[in-house]
Amino acid sequence: MLNPRIIPFLLVHNKGLVKTVKFKEPKYVGDPINAVKIFNEKEVDELIVVDIDATREGREPNYSLIENLASECRMPLCYGGGIKTVEQAQRIFGLGVEKIAISSIAVKNPDIITEMAFRVGNQSVVVVLDVKKKLLGSHYELFTHNGNKSTGIDPVKFAAQMEKAGAGELVINSIDRDGMMNGYDQTIVDKIREVTDLPLTALGGAGSLEDIGNMVKRHGIIGAAAGSYFVFKGKFRAVLINYPTSLEKETLLNEYFLPQWGTHNKGFKF
Amino acid sequence: MITIIDYGLGNIRAFHNVYERLSIPVKVARVLEEVEEASKIILPGVGSFDYAMRQLNSSGMREVLERRVIDDKIPVMGICVGMQMLADSSEEGTEPGLGWIKGNVCKFDANLIPFKSRLPHMGWNTIVPKENVNLFNGIENHGRFYFLHSYYFECDEKSQVISTTDYGITYASAVNKENVYGIQFHPEKSHNNGIRLLNNFAKL
Repeated sequence: MLNPRIIPFLLVHNKGLVKTVKFKEPKYVGDPINAVKIFNEKEVDELIVVDIDATREGREPNYSLIENLASECRMPLCYGGGIKTVEQAQRIFGLGVEKIAISSIAVKNPDIITEMAFRVGNQSVVVVLDVKKKLLGSHYELFTHNGNKSTGIDPVKFAAQMEKAGAGELVINSIDRDGMMNGYDQTIVDKIREVTDLPLTALGGAGSLEDIGNMVKRHGIIGAAAGSYFVFKGKFRAVLINYPTSLEKETLLNEYFLPQWGTHNKGFKF
Repeated sequence: MITIIDYGLGNIRAFHNVYERLSIPVKVARVLEEVEEASKIILPGVGSFDYAMRQLNSSGMREVLERRVIDDKIPVMGICVGMQMLADSSEEGTEPGLGWIKGNVCKFDANLIPFKSRLPHMGWNTIVPKENVNLFNGIENHGRFYFLHSYYFECDEKSQVISTTDYGITYASAVNKENVYGIQFHPEKSHNNGIRLLNNFAKL
C-alpha cells in the first residue's frame, strides 16, 4: 500500500548547503551534490531543495546547480527558489526535476499556478506556505522572502485558494519551529488538513523519529519533512547527514501508520 | 541503442543518467532520423494528457514512431503520461491517444481513497507483478516504486495487465501487448527497483 513520505528538506545559500534556526543564522552543513549522493545511498523517499538566495536577490534560478542536483538524484526531486514564470518552470523540468516549489509568486499572482499546472501537470506544482503563529490568538500568518515579508494572508484560506488554482501539493513550513527540533506545529497542519484534500507535507520542528511517527499517526498519508534532523546529530548539532534505515522506517510505520491506516492489498486476478 | 523520445516533456535526463550509469548505450531523439536508428524506445511523459499528445503530434516524430512500433515491432515503453498516451482516450482531455493498447484513461474516484490526502496518488506504493514477465525480473512481489498521478489506465483486455497497484481500487500499474509496454510509476526515480526495471527493459 501507499506509504507516507519522509523527506529531507535542504537549503542552498551561497552555493553551499545551510541549515537555519527560525529562518535565520544559516549554518554551513556541506556540499549539496555530496548530500544528494549520501541521500541516494540511504534511499530517501523524496528530496526538496530550496535556494534561499534567488528570490531575495531577485535573480533567476541557478540552472546549472539544478541540473547537477537532478542528474545525481535517484529519487524524486522538488526544487524551489526564484521561480516566477511558466517558462522558468518548464526549463527546470527539462533539467530533470519532478516538482517545482512556488512561494512568493503564488501570493503575488495566484493565477500563475493554474497556468503552470496546465503546462507541467497539477501533480508537479508544489506551493510552500511559510507560516508564523500570530502573537495573539490562535491565528497564523503567511510570510514570503525567507520569512522577511509579511503578507497579512491567512494560510488556511490561502491553502484552499491554492487547491482551487490547481496546486498539486502544499508544504506547510513553520517559521517558529524551524531548526528547533522540538516537534511539528500540529495545529496549523490540522487546520489546513481540514480545508483541502491535497497531499500535504509538514516541515519545521522534527527532532526525532517519534515526531515523524506522531505526524503519520494523525494524518496517515502525509509528507513528514525535516531539515535539522537529517543533517545534525547529537546535542551539539554535529553535522552528519542521516536518514532512517529501511528497518527503522518499517518499525516506525508498523507502530504509527499501519494500526490506524493500514488496508490489505485486495489483489487482482490476472 | 535505447532511444528516449524528447518531445518537450518528461524527465529525459533521469532515464539518460540511469542508462549511463549502467553503461548501456542510450540516446535522446528530437527529430525523426533519430527515431529511425532506435532499437528500443522510451516514451516519457508528465503533465496533462492533451498537452502531451499535442506536443508529440507536433514533434514531427509521431509517424516514424508509429511505423517503428507497429511495423518494425521494436520494444517501446511509455512511462506515466507516456503510458496513458498508449490508450485510445483519456478522461483528462479530448485528444485521441495513440491507441496501441486498447483502453481508456480514467480519473481515480476520490471517494474510494481512505485518506484525507486524496489526489494525486503520490509517493511510494507497491506493485504486484504478473508471473514470468521479463520486465519484472528480480523485482519482488510488493516491490516499491514512486508514483505521481491522478489518472489510471483502464485496460480493455485484462490479460494485458502485467502489474497491479492499490489506491482506493486495484488498478493496472503496468500493461503490455506484444512489444508495447506501459508503466504508470517512475522507474527512473525509484532507486534500485527502478534501475533493475530499466535494465530489464534494455535486455528484452
